[in-house]
Amino acid sequence: MTSVKNFLRFWYDFIVGDDWIVAAGVVVALAVSAALARRVLHAWWVMLVAVVVLLAASLWRETRRS
Amino acid sequence: MMTSMVMLILAAFLASAVEAVEAFTLVLAVGVTRGWRSTLIGAGTATLTLAAVIAAFGPALSLMPIDALRVMVGTLLLIFGLQWLRKAILRAGGYKALRDEDAYYLAERAAARAAGLTRRAGMDWYAFTLAFKGVFLEGLEVAFIVLTFGTSQGSLPLAVLGAGIALVLVVIVGVLVHEPLRRVPENTMKFAVGVMLATFGLFWSVEGTGIAWPGADGALLGILVVLTLVSLGLVAVLRWRHARHALHTASTAGMGA
Repeated sequence: MTSVKNFLRFWYDFIVGDDWIVAAGVVVALAVSAALARRVLHAWWVMLVAVVVLLAASLWRETRRS
Repeated sequence: MMTSMVMLILAAFLASAVEAVEAFTLVLAVGVTRGWRSTLIGAGTATLTLAAVIAAFGPALSLMPIDALRVMVGTLLLIFGLQWLRKAILRAGGYKALRDEDAYYLAERAAARAAGLTRRAGMDWYAFTLAFKGVFLEGLEVAFIVLTFGTSQGSLPLAVLGAGIALVLVVIVGVLVHEPLRRVPENTMKFAVGVMLATFGLFWSVEGTGIAWPGADGALLGILVVLTLVSLGLVAVLRWRHARHALHTASTAGMGA
């Protein structure tokens, strides 16, 4: 059990890293983009804005902690 | 198409170079302290294992439908790239220490010296394990980037070429200077890799959902410019905040004295 846990922990740290909110935010933003794409013709900007906001928010949280 | 190919090779090259520099420091420290035979066998075995991982997963990933592959790989790449970029911005902004190759080298040498000698079957297994682990873990990030970039772009050999050139260059320079490669601007390279990973990840994940980018592949350059400018802006803000915080701390300490 410990080795499975360690294995999952390793991949979590490898991909997600220090801030899980960024990863969750990317997945949510992508789902919103996909949903919007059915109604709006040009939905490409949603992810671009989401990435900029998620990055800035993550840095803001980190620097407030420091 | 040409732009994306150049960016693909460049991203694989930079990612491989920066990880190879870090792995080289560890291999050098272990080799100088514990002897070269077991260390080089460990590093070589790790490199072959990574090549086998790419050879095994590359064709398997290529069999996936391109849209599903781009959503999955693009999302992973975007999350992974934002992680690199976030750390590089924090380092450039003064909120995270820059990696010091000399300090890392000395610490690894001290640890390698302190460990007992466990020689079996003519091998120093401590040196083997340390070199294997160091090269494998640093290289895994490169393998991930090469696999995801290469398969999504349909050019796995180009990504392997970019990463391979960087690895060979770092090894040649490292053997010639025979000391940690401290002059390599690691954080600048990590910043560039982070921006490129996030750019490709963003482009592919959106495209995989069926949304068309204006200008098709040409949008990659636009995304790259936007993310670079935003990231540089964030570095400037962090530097300003860090300097202001340091000034405030100094003046508070001055009043208390």
